[in-house]
Amino acid sequence: MKTLRYRNIRDKVMESIIIISTVLVLLPLIIIIVHVVVHGISAINWEFFTEELGSPSRAIQGRPTGLVHTILGTVVVDFMALALAVPIGIGAGIMLSEYPDHVLNPTLRIMNDTLNGMPAILKGLFAFVLIVKPMGTFSGFAGAVALAFVMIPIIARTTESALMSIPWSLREAGLAIGLPRWRVVLSTVMPAAKTGLVTGILIGFARAAGEAAPLLFTSFGNNYLPNNWLGFIFEPVDTLPQRLYSLAISPYSEWHSMGWAAAIVLLLFVIVCFVGARLLTRKKFQTN
Amino acid sequence: MMENLTKEKSLTSIIDTSSEFQFNGVKSTASDMKIRMETKNLTVMYGKSTGIKDVSIPIYDNKVTALIGPSGCGKTTFLRALNRMHDMTRIAKVTGEVLLDNKNIYDEDVNPVIIRRKIGMVFQKPTPFPTMSIYDNVVAGLKLVGIRKKSLLQDVCEKALTQAALFDEVKDRLNDSGVSLSGGQQQRLSIARALAVEPEVLLMDEPTSSLDPQATTRIEELIHTLKNDVTIIIITHNMQQAARVSDKTAFFYVGDLVEMGDTRNIFTKPKEKKTEEYLTGRFG
Ligand SMILES: Nc1ncnc2c1ncn2[C@@H]1O[C@H](COP(=O)(O)OP(=O)(O)OP(=O)(O)O)[C@@H](O)[C@H]1O
Ligand SMILES: [Mg+2]
Repeated sequence: MKTLRYRNIRDKVMESIIIISTVLVLLPLIIIIVHVVVHGISAINWEFFTEELGSPSRAIQGRPTGLVHTILGTVVVDFMALALAVPIGIGAGIMLSEYPDHVLNPTLRIMNDTLNGMPAILKGLFAFVLIVKPMGTFSGFAGAVALAFVMIPIIARTTESALMSIPWSLREAGLAIGLPRWRVVLSTVMPAAKTGLVTGILIGFARAAGEAAPLLFTSFGNNYLPNNWLGFIFEPVDTLPQRLYSLAISPYSEWHSMGWAAAIVLLLFVIVCFVGARLLTRKKFQTN
Repeated sequence: MMENLTKEKSLTSIIDTSSEFQFNGVKSTASDMKIRMETKNLTVMYGKSTGIKDVSIPIYDNKVTALIGPSGCGKTTFLRALNRMHDMTRIAKVTGEVLLDNKNIYDEDVNPVIIRRKIGMVFQKPTPFPTMSIYDNVVAGLKLVGIRKKSLLQDVCEKALTQAALFDEVKDRLNDSGVSLSGGQQQRLSIARALAVEPEVLLMDEPTSSLDPQATTRIEELIHTLKNDVTIIIITHNMQQAARVSDKTAFFYVGDLVEMGDTRNIFTKPKEKKTEEYLTGRFG
């Protein structure tokens, strides 16, 4: 009887510890969100989503100003980066998990780990040398390449572990009915690992979407909308994290609250992408 | 003197028990014994430990060969060597030869995919593709290599499921997930999937181990029918089953092939003492 009571007490204690740790983890997140919303909500109005930023005088004199060019720029640059990073990252992850005996495998692993550990600002520098220099101008494309460098090692790593979590017997079952190795990976292993793959892409995307450093000398920033859509690719482009940074360090209080508003939009952008991806890839069958 | 006595005794007991065994009755004559596959000094090492060593046996065309022996003696290891499934196991190293129509399947110029197209396999544990429906599981081997003709796929699916004694149970839910089936149903799904690609040789690793007697009977009947077109190698722990379905039996013991011969002879007058001991249930 005594031991049973002891167990019950221990059970309760453990439960409370778990609850407390959960709260401790969530608390900073909640504080950040509340803080951001409180400070930024006043700057959010219709014009915030329809006007470009222009010069500081606009905000100071109360003329219409907003971050439409920043929001559109972010969407273009981030998705361009995603389009570059997903095939490369998934490909590298497949190589790491499915072809452990391939001669290039060890090299790829070292490269990927190095890239993963490299500070984001260096990735920006890398893209600067690779794209900005030859093109002769800052551009959305250069920013996308820099962000792709952020995403690729994350996607490759998560892809590798998602694929590794699928039992080998499944691959053998595919091979046993005469499927080539690549087809087994593509049609049986990858679908089975879909949730893990999507999670990896989302983590990579969210990480890159929050980075300002790699964008500073690649997409650079811009106070105005380009003349046409191609401008988002070939000209300097504004993006939310980098704009948030420059608004925050500016000397104008009007721009400070716009910076908080930019943070709200960035948060929403990432949340919308997460929810959207989850809805799009909902499982066809419930697998245990 | 003592030894002779026990030997005498055990032999009689085998002959006695052999009356319980129902043999499949086909008398093999020399003329219909064409060798389809053959292993020569086949050895599989797992790192430093031995899976099987120096196994040399013929596999006859359109015959059923049963592999028997205690757990861990290397039956699965042997079977997996026959369709190069060890290629996937990094630590497994295969030496010796496996001939299919007199060509070593381990030769440099042989594509293992082509080999596995011809030599199908049913695994010890059922492994339905978890993201596919029952239907897609069955026709996966065709659909995923580009065969799209719906009427053809549907016919193949129905035929394979019927052969595997599963069709009646799943005909109304072909679009449900393959993993929604029970363990025994999944095993029959795996059998259907292997049959759908119409292999010339079929390797079956304890295909009835999780089936009820009725389904087991249906699978054994299937083996009988398939024999006309397919060469079958089956692993079983059920001696009655080996006796019922097979023409040839190979007995393995700790990685060695102890003996192989006509099933009837192996069961009634084995040459090796080990075989006799195993069959009389003295170990294993
Ligand atoms: N992947 C592996 N790595 C290392 N050792 C292995 C591996 N697979 C099998 N073995 C070993 O090889 C030996 C033969 O195993 P195998 O699976 O062929 O036995 P089996 O006759 O099929 O047994 P069972 O009747 O229990 O299925 C065993 O000792 C086993 O531990
Ligand atoms: Mg086995």
